[in-house]
Amino acid sequence: MAVSMKKAGMPVQDAQIRKTNFNEVALGYSAETAVEEAKRCLNCKNRPCVAGCPVSVKIPEFIAHMKDGRFEEAYQTIRETNALPAVCGRVCPQESQCEGKCVRGIKGEPVGIGRLERFAADCHMSNAVSENGHSDPDGPKAAVVGAGPSGLTCAGELARKGYAVTVFEALHKPGGVLVYGIPEFRLPKKIVSAEIDNLKKMGVKIETDIVIGKTITVDELFEQGFKAVFIGSGAGFPTFLGIKGENLNGVYSANEYLTRINLMKAYQAEYETPIFKGKKVAVVGGGNVAMDAARSALRVGAETVYILYRRSLKEMPARSEEVEHASEEGVQFQLLTNPVRFIGDEKGWLKGVECIKMELGEPDASGRRRPIEQKGSEFVLDIDTAIIAVGTSPNPLIRKTTRGIEVNRHGCIIVSEESGETSRQGIFAGGDAVTGAATVILAMGAGRKAAAAMDRYIQNNSGVCGPSSSRA
Amino acid sequence: MFTIVEKRILNDSMTLMAVEAPYIAKKAKAGQFIILRVNEFGERIPLTVADYDREKGTITIIYQKVGKTTLMLDQLNVGDAILDFIGPLGKATELEGYKNVTVIGGGAGCAIAYPQAKALHGMGAKVDMIAGFRNKDIIILEDEMKAVSDHLILTTDDGSNGNKGFVTDALRKNIEDGAGYDLVIAIGPLVMMRAVCNLTKEYNIKTLISMNPIMIDGTGMCGGCRLTVGGKTKFACVDGPDFDGHEVDFDEAIKRSRTYSESEKEATREYNCRLMEGAKNA
Repeated sequence: MAVSMKKAGMPVQDAQIRKTNFNEVALGYSAETAVEEAKRCLNCKNRPCVAGCPVSVKIPEFIAHMKDGRFEEAYQTIRETNALPAVCGRVCPQESQCEGKCVRGIKGEPVGIGRLERFAADCHMSNAVSENGHSDPDGPKAAVVGAGPSGLTCAGELARKGYAVTVFEALHKPGGVLVYGIPEFRLPKKIVSAEIDNLKKMGVKIETDIVIGKTITVDELFEQGFKAVFIGSGAGFPTFLGIKGENLNGVYSANEYLTRINLMKAYQAEYETPIFKGKKVAVVGGGNVAMDAARSALRVGAETVYILYRRSLKEMPARSEEVEHASEEGVQFQLLTNPVRFIGDEKGWLKGVECIKMELGEPDASGRRRPIEQKGSEFVLDIDTAIIAVGTSPNPLIRKTTRGIEVNRHGCIIVSEESGETSRQGIFAGGDAVTGAATVILAMGAGRKAAAAMDRYIQNNSGVCGPSSSRA
Repeated sequence: MFTIVEKRILNDSMTLMAVEAPYIAKKAKAGQFIILRVNEFGERIPLTVADYDREKGTITIIYQKVGKTTLMLDQLNVGDAILDFIGPLGKATELEGYKNVTVIGGGAGCAIAYPQAKALHGMGAKVDMIAGFRNKDIIILEDEMKAVSDHLILTTDDGSNGNKGFVTDALRKNIEDGAGYDLVIAIGPLVMMRAVCNLTKEYNIKTLISMNPIMIDGTGMCGGCRLTVGGKTKFACVDGPDFDGHEVDFDEAIKRSRTYSESEKEATREYNCRLMEGAKNA
């Protein structure tokens, strides 16, 4: 039988039905489809897919297991380098990573690597196999600040190496962006909690409701006997546009909108947190956060949802599958469009947004073509809700309360690329706190690298470290 | 989980609770706040730290029963636990260097004004307090406020305690009598703080206010609590909650505070119905 040029399709919920619920949209492969898709892998010698993966998952090796239906072996192969495969298989932008490099993609479609990874991980979870490796409560103490993808990965790796690991989380639930940012319809929360339960089974302690820098400082963690600290506090500080009318009622940051929806479950009647259920919504931005906000707005009852993006579809940083899903669900893309001001009524409620059309000029420093305003092209859209999703930066809390941590002009913590070491001895960092808003998989890669460096550091320093030996 | 170790009914609408939270008690300072969540379905609400006991490891909060969550909180008793209790959040009030201060509290705002007066008094400043209530039945913390001030004026809107008037009337009188304040601190409803600021502007007296916008996380990640101060957007949870009252855009803050008033009213109405239903069946 000839091997298909196309990726095996994944069943999805019907667009008309799914836009009224928060259930997962993409339903996942069956075992037969997974095996069929695995057979499309050519098992190339030079493995370009692995080079495209930020944590170098042994892709041809795990797929080889899948060809023979050895799904648990496939999972274990993935787990060697990736702590959260059920998450990454769902949220990685594969088209610009592993699948973007796949040889099959030259003529036809690349192998569905993400979908296969997801299948292996889901299979493993439904069989509830216990974890390898365990944290030693009497081992040296290591602290992790932030329970997002980088912190959870770092904690898991340290536990496997026998450290007594405690993760400190400011919110009431661990998971970081996986719980407050990415919605249920893209990443079911039971998957996140299963991954977190795995860590707990490995002996990792997770302390929620502790804001490092406020409740306890990093210096105090050393006083409490922690030998090394990993900072994985992310980039959760929202950027606003700085245009007129931005503080009108009905204008949200995407972080606020998504936190209300995902973390506080504002869309479910039995939860107390309210959300304003607008009928005409504009989301500003073109990343995954913008897609998540737009599709969430539809699901809480909006009739019209616009994406306002100042570049064209080609430059959009969102995952292509999500752009497609959003479009199928009826989200309207107003491309090459930028808001100029928000217009309010006399009671302070948003009633419209004035936009201007853009055209693309020469590429800028980021390599993307720079949008230029077209004079005289202003127009007004009637809206009652606006969601700003134009990016986030690291929260300044840790750097303001921890002496000796150097940051760059964007407020990102400066680290040695190889080890994640900060300018202060014993303190390591990784993920969005270092890079600014990036991807789940890069954050995980950084957490993994830092755990290895923390292990070396603690071994070499035989427990004598902390503020007294700080270089700062 | 955070255990309630003391519960005191202050009046029909206000309750004091001391909660076991040793980490927070170690750090809290006047002007800071906590965020709490009553149970798994609960919302996160901010409440000011009204007092703390570093030895016992407790934080005191005072809440006014204004809606569903505060009514739910009020159902808890000594020995019960609050699911989430996070802090201390926000910046502590900068009180250094002031010698002659008047601290003004409006209604439930007295619970927030009291720790400020206590701190200033402890630092050796001369402290006048003006506390305003709608009527004499809802006066709270009278003895506590008296203990930390050189002079306490209690006003009631209806004169039921024999001293009719608004806090601004008392403040104007003190100023005109030559009190010579170098700082005014005003904490209470937005309209009251606005009135105080309008008055102190006339006399050019520095005025600090404590803003109480809608909050969710309280750590600077969402901007739900943003307001305009001196023409710039600030997040009350991390840049405040204290601000220079002469710089704050009160009109905008008042409008923003009404964002969810419809759903709040609805939730409270439903909850009250259920409570009454429960009482009938009990």
